[in-house]
Amino acid sequence: MELVVFSLLNGIVFGLLLFMMSAGLTLIFSMMGVLNFAHASFYMLGAYFAFQISQAVGFWPALVLAPLVVGVAGGLVERYGLRRVHKHGHVPELLFTFGLAFLIQEFVVLGWGRVGVPYRVPEILNFPLFTLFGTNFPAYRAFMVLISIGMFVALFAILTRTRVGLIVQASLTHPHIAATLGHNVPRVFMYVFAGGTALAGLAGVIGGNAFVTNPSMAALLGTIVFVVVIVGGLGSLTGAFIAAMVIGIVQTFSVALDVSVGSFFGLLGLDLSSNSIFYEYWTLTLTDIAPVTPYLLLVLILIFRPMGLMGKRET
Amino acid sequence: MLEIKDLHAYYGKSHILQGVDLRVGNGEIVSLLGRNGVGRSTTIKAIIGDVPPEGSIRFKGEEIVGLKAHEIAHLGIGYVPENRDIFPGLTVRQNLLLGMKGTKQQGRWTMDNMFEMFPLLAERADTEGGVISGGEQQMLTICRTLMGDPDLIMIDEPTEGLAPMLVEQVSELLAEIATRGVSVLLVEQKLTIALKISQRVYVMGHGRIVFEGTPEELRANDQIRKEWLEV
Ligand SMILES: Nc1ncnc2c1ncn2[C@@H]1O[C@H](COP(=O)(O)OP(=O)(O)O)[C@@H](O)[C@H]1O
Ligand SMILES: [Mg+2]
Repeated sequence: MELVVFSLLNGIVFGLLLFMMSAGLTLIFSMMGVLNFAHASFYMLGAYFAFQISQAVGFWPALVLAPLVVGVAGGLVERYGLRRVHKHGHVPELLFTFGLAFLIQEFVVLGWGRVGVPYRVPEILNFPLFTLFGTNFPAYRAFMVLISIGMFVALFAILTRTRVGLIVQASLTHPHIAATLGHNVPRVFMYVFAGGTALAGLAGVIGGNAFVTNPSMAALLGTIVFVVVIVGGLGSLTGAFIAAMVIGIVQTFSVALDVSVGSFFGLLGLDLSSNSIFYEYWTLTLTDIAPVTPYLLLVLILIFRPMGLMGKRET
Repeated sequence: MLEIKDLHAYYGKSHILQGVDLRVGNGEIVSLLGRNGVGRSTTIKAIIGDVPPEGSIRFKGEEIVGLKAHEIAHLGIGYVPENRDIFPGLTVRQNLLLGMKGTKQQGRWTMDNMFEMFPLLAERADTEGGVISGGEQQMLTICRTLMGDPDLIMIDEPTEGLAPMLVEQVSELLAEIATRGVSVLLVEQKLTIALKISQRVYVMGHGRIVFEGTPEELRANDQIRKEWLEV
């Protein structure tokens, strides 16, 4: 019971973080038509910038400043990089984002070294919020939930309730018509890219200290975020939300539940002794399988629903 | 208002417009006629900058070749795409709001004007554009462009596939647009409304203008009609 409650809570926290990443990625996909392989690198930049800024002036200014700096960096990358490469088609664009991911990786290693930095949860939030069945739930996790939900409410309100949001929606789905109506679509794209990377940066600010801040954090989370947007359906915010929550919760559960596949069959009354065939597989624990579950889901989705849960186009 | 000289346009390697000359005067309704595939849509896409043009296009005396579509729209050219290309996921009202270039509503047309002229659109103001009828979508695309208060409006096949009663409505709207001092460049395949409301007509064949004159002159010219218009 304790395990279920805490896995669920942690799963929601992780799922919200995944959504914060995939929301930006999927919006950027809608405009570029290709996946931005450097997206998780902006998550990493967010964490490192937050670490650096909070060393100097504390966590709270970092919470605001780091995503802004990441967003400005993203905007510049779009304006002076992607926009030029875009003219030459999708493949160069894809290669550009690959290169960018490596570049950011090297930048981080050069600046802060190969091992991680001690980016910590701020003291004021470093206490157990409540204790259930003898286990503590950290207040910082609740803070992450608050920030994420606040962010999504704001994003949703901007996209659906403001003129700017309408222009963004129109430019993403019908760029040619939006342009002939007098809207500066390239500029809209730059803001979308800046906004999406700022969201990734924010995820880094609140995720870097809850998990880890090191040069491999981008690659680690990046692949899962790709799975989320593909499973959710490329370009669909709702799909990304559902997929992020499902993958967040499933992943957390499978890490937490330390039961073997064999014991599951044992429950069903099957006796799998050490001499039965595929013995190695039966002794695999769910924890061993956890890292592959997102990819398993990806393969299943691609087989049974190639456009993703809520997607409109084939992936 | 609009003065086009030796306009060329390409899709990849295919040379679609091969030297088009065309003029639209102040407050004039001009029709660009021709069979499917001769390059009428390409002509107006080249004017608005949606297809890269070569040659000279002067609007209110200013050369606009090389400007971007949104810059051309801001100079006062409105474009109504073919196929009732609305934003299907947005409501009728949101579609109209997107026609405005800024947040201030001024100029010849207001949202209330549109709703007065088309009570059906008012009724469906909060309905998604994708689910209203074809006729309503056609009115919506025109009204959306009018919300940007253009001085010249270019409309691509607005009567295509519409019932006769709706065709009549479109024709009345175009006349109303012209009485407010807006020039109209109308692209059509059928002669029905074009000959009735235009001051001048052009006939296009294979990327070139093959006839220029008044509606009466075109009516009298059997040879041009047989060769370039009738199917
Ligand atoms: N996006 C496009 N790519 C390539 N060729 C096109 C494209 N759009 C139109 N064409 C070609 O250009 C020619 C002119 O098309 P268009 O201007 O749409 O004709 P019209 O509007 O007079 O029917 C046609 O032969 C058509 O096949
Ligand atoms: Mg056409």
